[in-house]
Amino acid sequence: MINPLQPIGRVFLAFLRTAGRLTLFTGSAATHCLRPPIYTRMILRQMVDIGYFSLPVVGLTAIFAGMVLALQSYTGFSRFGAEGAVANVVVLSITRELGPVLAGLMVAGRIGASLAAEIGTMRVTEQIDALTTLSTNPMKYLVAPRLIAGLVTFPLLVLVADVIGVFGGYLVAVYKLGFNPANYLTATYDFLTAEDVNSGLVKAAVFGVIVTLMGCYHGYHSRGGAQGVGTATTNAVVSASILILCFDYILTELFFAA
Amino acid sequence: MTDTAATPKIRMRGLKKAFGHKVVLDGLDLDVGEGESVVVIGGSGTGKSVMLKCILGLLKPDAGTIAVDGTNVLDLGTKDRDAVNSHIGMLFQGAALFDSLPVWENVAFGLLAEHRVNRAEARDIAITKLAQVGLSADVADLQPAELSGGMQKRVGLARAIAADPDIIFFDEPTTGLDPIMADVINDLIIKTTREVGATALSITHDMASARKIADRIAMLYQGRIIWAGPVSEIDSADNPFVDQFIHGRADGPIKMAVRA
Repeated sequence: MINPLQPIGRVFLAFLRTAGRLTLFTGSAATHCLRPPIYTRMILRQMVDIGYFSLPVVGLTAIFAGMVLALQSYTGFSRFGAEGAVANVVVLSITRELGPVLAGLMVAGRIGASLAAEIGTMRVTEQIDALTTLSTNPMKYLVAPRLIAGLVTFPLLVLVADVIGVFGGYLVAVYKLGFNPANYLTATYDFLTAEDVNSGLVKAAVFGVIVTLMGCYHGYHSRGGAQGVGTATTNAVVSASILILCFDYILTELFFAA
Repeated sequence: MTDTAATPKIRMRGLKKAFGHKVVLDGLDLDVGEGESVVVIGGSGTGKSVMLKCILGLLKPDAGTIAVDGTNVLDLGTKDRDAVNSHIGMLFQGAALFDSLPVWENVAFGLLAEHRVNRAEARDIAITKLAQVGLSADVADLQPAELSGGMQKRVGLARAIAADPDIIFFDEPTTGLDPIMADVINDLIIKTTREVGATALSITHDMASARKIADRIAMLYQGRIIWAGPVSEIDSADNPFVDQFIHGRADGPIKMAVRA
């Protein structure tokens, strides 16, 4: 007979093991980010990969999010005769929520997967072991530059997403819903506070660390050839996406509750 | 000074390593003398790679000591450990070239990492090292993916000797190569280790390669060295395990775990 508690215990132990390993990995990665040598070339290269090449994806996501937001909030608010609130809703939703979260999720798919696949392949082809034999710490050379690049470029990406998202809302409001352009822009500007944007940028920085950390962690611990790399890639994207939504709630609670 | 002559370059004593319930190394003892070329033979999965990874510090043995030049490297801190590793070069089984970097940066990677040279000098050294393994300067700017398996092995060898190491490890240097290319690699291993005067420790299951590159052969079976001796004595070893292995017989004391 199979003890029904056994699988539960096994899952729980596996969870604890992963949590412990991830904590150690994060701690080690963080110290390597701060201690020299710093691989500036690698950081810049990752910034281009993670930041610059994500711009099209993030831009397209943001413009459609802003457009649909204007359209949806207009249909909703016009029932109460509150069409004037469209600009307000668009700018607050984009800067506080949709900018960081949608950009984070899109880049989690793009970057989380590619980091896990790249580092995972390096693991299974012994390239990570080779780094160690060549006087190079793989955490410092591979992981730290990617974390730093994620931390720095995500807020910049989200800033771009904010602007493009608001612009998307503006396009729909003015050219489809017949708002006065000047009034719409004034309303947008008047409602916006620095805190709205800043909170979004802090979220973005956290999401940047989450996405790159998950990609690196799962890649670094991948085992057993092509299948192992595939599993690592899936796990990186799934765990990064869930953690983004989870931390989004936690950070929102910290910023705006009370 | 008389003492150093007696101290082997690498001395392993009672090395044990298990993964879960699977015991891989079970009290391994092996000495590699200065300037000597030792080849460890043994079937797949007998822990040959694990042994090399333990010496490099990529894996931590459960018990035992590993002394390099008389110092137990298992007790060293990260910094001293790195200093020891910087005298060790390794040729990996699949060459393990960094596929994001061109060939010359692969070869000079260790030199650049230690800031021993600037990039222009590193490139010149890389081209010299490539010439030593019989590759022309044209390949320096290629990407590793553009090279054949034999050429990748040669680049891997050039990378292993680039920092003029005292010790070089060869992990199955001829696996996956045709017999002629395998012999070319064997010749290069002999030539390059002599040129830099390095101590060599190789693992392989290719007997032709072992006979060619070894001064001494050791056989690993069930986590221990069951026979070690000069390459000339291996045919008269009078050890049924060694005898079965070098003649490649399916029948004998070594039972392969064949399961469906």
